Amino acid sequence: MNLRLDGVACARGGRLLFEGLDLSLGGGAAAVVTGPNGAGKSSLLRLCAGLLRPVAGTVEAGRTALLGEQTALDGERTLAAALGFWATLDGTAARVGEALAAVDLAALADVPVRLLSTGQRRRAGLARVVASGAALWLLDEPANGLDVASVARLEAIVADHRAGGGAVLVATHLPLDLPDAAEVRLGMSA
Amino acid sequence: MMALVLRDVRRAYASGGATLVVAFFLLAAILFPFAVGPDATLLARVGGGVVWTAALLAALLPVERLVAPDLDAGVIDQLAVRGLSLAGVAAAKSLAHWLAFAPPVMAAAVVAAGLLGLPGRTLAVVELGLLLGTPGLAALAVATAALTAGLRGAGAVAGLVMLPLALPLLIFGAGAAESGVGALKLLAAASLVLVAGAPFVAGAALRAGMD
Repeated sequence: MNLRLDGVACARGGRLLFEGLDLSLGGGAAAVVTGPNGAGKSSLLRLCAGLLRPVAGTVEAGRTALLGEQTALDGERTLAAALGFWATLDGTAARVGEALAAVDLAALADVPVRLLSTGQRRRAGLARVVASGAALWLLDEPANGLDVASVARLEAIVADHRAGGGAVLVATHLPLDLPDAAEVRLGMSA
Repeated sequence: MMALVLRDVRRAYASGGATLVVAFFLLAAILFPFAVGPDATLLARVGGGVVWTAALLAALLPVERLVAPDLDAGVIDQLAVRGLSLAGVAAAKSLAHWLAFAPPVMAAAVVAAGLLGLPGRTLAVVELGLLLGTPGLAALAVATAALTAGLRGAGAVAGLVMLPLALPLLIFGAGAAESGVGALKLLAAASLVLVAGAPFVAGAALRAGMD
């Protein structure tokens, strides 16, 4: 089991966002978190990543990679070096080239991160997740800023990860083609 | 952790850190002769304190760049997702900050000693004091940076938080030039308390900032 949420409730700034949430993701599983702005999609992902603590319930997660709003790549370094920093921490430095190829950024490996466009940055963040080798991927609006071809590539990368026994939790307001994905609706009670 | 230290040191030097620290330190040290006059004996007597005051301000200089950019860029989040202890992250940042500012300051102190006409023996005591005291300053700067990250006008607040807490280092560091070994021992003790305690304060501040 890569992720198990049991009766989880989340509050931010004294406001209850959701409660009684149960979810479990095994190998190869995917779930899509949907809901209006402010329903707590990002908060749910941060809960699963261990960055927030639930006010009730328990969260169990295996080794996790998070694609958040920010790419967390040093702007003044080259793309390959910035990704290499995280891959070194993950012990997967050899996989950076492969991850860059997977998001079609191999040609830009020597370009400083600050020169990348919004969509390229997003794909670079995805490359960090791919290179991490973590079993559970938490993707927060992964399709933001991506062109049509890149969205298709994102779907293929996620499918690959699931085929390899990984699990994915995606928060998105854009339609993504994720076969057999469970849906987690937030903010319907409010 | 070493990767994190190396990254932070590289970032500090790449953003013109050393040049800026040295220039700021020397400028602060040179202000005193302009203010109190060119009396050589007076300058030689207060010189140790002047160097220490300038070192304190130089340690404070990059406080806004120590933690806030990493918090904004999601770097701290990514480190936490990887299960690294935030106190450990703060300790790595303290070491990196020390490596980025202490060697330039200690080198520039030689120049400042020449400008202020400090005798060689005083310079030796001041340098030894800086070696003992700057790790504490670095740890305190990182804790201050973590506490004030995300605040508007963080730089000014950081000064208000950090300077009073750095007073023991200033007192014993500057006092060592006159009273010798006893002050150096107290300086080392004050520095050790900060090095041991400040990373936990910084780690707790980072954790609290995530909620």
